[in-house]
Amino acid sequence: MTTKDKYKKVAYYPGCALEGSGHSYNRSTKAVGKALGLDLVEVKNWNCCGAMEVKNIDPKIQTYLSSRVMSVAANEMDMDVVMAPCNGCYHNLKKAEYDLKNDKESAEVVDRLSQKAGHKTYESGQVETIHALDWIKDTIGEEGLAARVKNSLSGLKIANYYGCMYTRPRHIFPEKDAGPGSESTSKPHFMDDLLAAAGAENVDFPLKTACCGGAHTLSDSDISTKLVLNILKTAKLAGADVIATECPTCHSGLEMHQIRAEKTLGEKVDIKILYFTQLLGMALGLKARKVGVHENISDSIRFLKEKGLG
Amino acid sequence: MRSLAELEAVFEPPPATSDIEASATMLLKASEEVLEHWITARGEVPTSDKREGFRLLALHRQGAKGDPSFNACRETCRELIYHYNLICMDPVHSDITDRLYMLGMISRHLFLFISGKMQVAELGEFCCSSKPIRSAETAT
Repeated sequence: MTTKDKYKKVAYYPGCALEGSGHSYNRSTKAVGKALGLDLVEVKNWNCCGAMEVKNIDPKIQTYLSSRVMSVAANEMDMDVVMAPCNGCYHNLKKAEYDLKNDKESAEVVDRLSQKAGHKTYESGQVETIHALDWIKDTIGEEGLAARVKNSLSGLKIANYYGCMYTRPRHIFPEKDAGPGSESTSKPHFMDDLLAAAGAENVDFPLKTACCGGAHTLSDSDISTKLVLNILKTAKLAGADVIATECPTCHSGLEMHQIRAEKTLGEKVDIKILYFTQLLGMALGLKARKVGVHENISDSIRFLKEKGLG
Repeated sequence: MRSLAELEAVFEPPPATSDIEASATMLLKASEEVLEHWITARGEVPTSDKREGFRLLALHRQGAKGDPSFNACRETCRELIYHYNLICMDPVHSDITDRLYMLGMISRHLFLFISGKMQVAELGEFCCSSKPIRSAETAT
C-alpha cells in the first residue's frame, strides 16, 4: 500500500487543546478532510498525551499516556496511522515511540502501567504518527490541492509559523531530513508548499521555528508577550499580512499576546493569525464559519472578505 | 561580558543605519555575549572556537550540549548568521536597511529567548530547557 493510500483513512487524535482554545483548528481540520475526501476516525476514549506538564514531573508517565493513545488506535481500532494536528501531541507521540523503541526501562514502565490500566501494551512500530501537514501533503499533494482550489489565496502574503515542537528534537522524527520530498527540520516547508499550491504568496520568514514562549505563558506572561510581539513584528517586516499556524499552543499564544502587547506595551501589530487548515478550507470553497474563523480570538472576517475569501 | 540588562538596551531600539556593516557586527557580537551568559550559567567557559566561520554557531553548539531542548534557538542563530552574511556580502543592496532591521529582530529574539530562561524567579515548571539550571541553584 502506498503512503498516499495509507493516509486516506487515519485515526484522528485531536488532543485536549483542540477541544478548547484550539477548537477552530479541530473544526477546520475535519472540514478540510471532508472536502478532500479523506477519512478521519477519532481515537476512542482518548486521553491527554502528557503535554509539557507531565513530562517535567515524570517523563515515563508522559510516555505511558501517549502510548495508550497509540494502543487504542492499534489494538482496539485496528488502525496503523494516527494523525495529530497539535504540535504538542504530535511531538509527544513521536517521543513515546522513540523511547519505547530505544529505552528498555520506558518499555517496562509502560507495560506495567498498561496492565494495571487493563489495556494491551503498545508495542513500538504498531502505528505511525503523522501531523496534519503530512496527512494533506502525502495524500493530496500540491498538484491535487491546486486542482481543487475554488477561491485562490492569491493576494495573501503569508508568514508560515511552525513553532518549535514540530521539528525538535530531530532524533524523534526519523522521516524528516530523509531526502527529496521529505520535511526539513531546519527549514520546514510543508505548510509553505500547501499554501503556495492554494495560491498564497509565502514571505521569507526567519522566525518560522522560533520559540513563541508558549511554555512560559502561565508562569511568565511578560516574556511570552515580548517573544510573540517580536514574532509579529518580524512577520510584518517580512511583508506578511497573515501568519499561518499549525499548533494550537502557538496560535493561542500569538492571538492572546497580540492583544496583551497592545494593552501592556502599547504596541499594536496589525497582522492576522489563521490556522493553515482554515486558509486551505477557504481556498477549497468553504465558508469562513465552516472553518471556524469566528472562533478565533482575533477578528479576520473583514480582512478575508476584502480578499474575496470566506 | 556586559550584563543582560545592558545587552537588552542594545537589542531594544532599531539598529542605527548610519554604518550598516558596523551595526550588523555589533548585533552579532552582542548575540555572542548572550550565549556566553547561558554557557557561564551552566558552569562552563564559553568557547572561542568558530564553527562554519562563526563563533556564534560554536557557542550555540556548546550551549546545547547535553541539553537538546536548547536547540529551540538553533535556527534563530543560523538565521542570524544568514542575515549577517546578506548584509556583509552586499552592503549597498537596495533593501539593506530592511535587512539590517531584520537582523535586529532576529538578534532580539535570541536575546528574549535566552534571557527569559535566565530569569529564574519568573520561570515556570514547564520550561524544560532551564530546568537543569534551576535544579542546580536549588541544590546549592
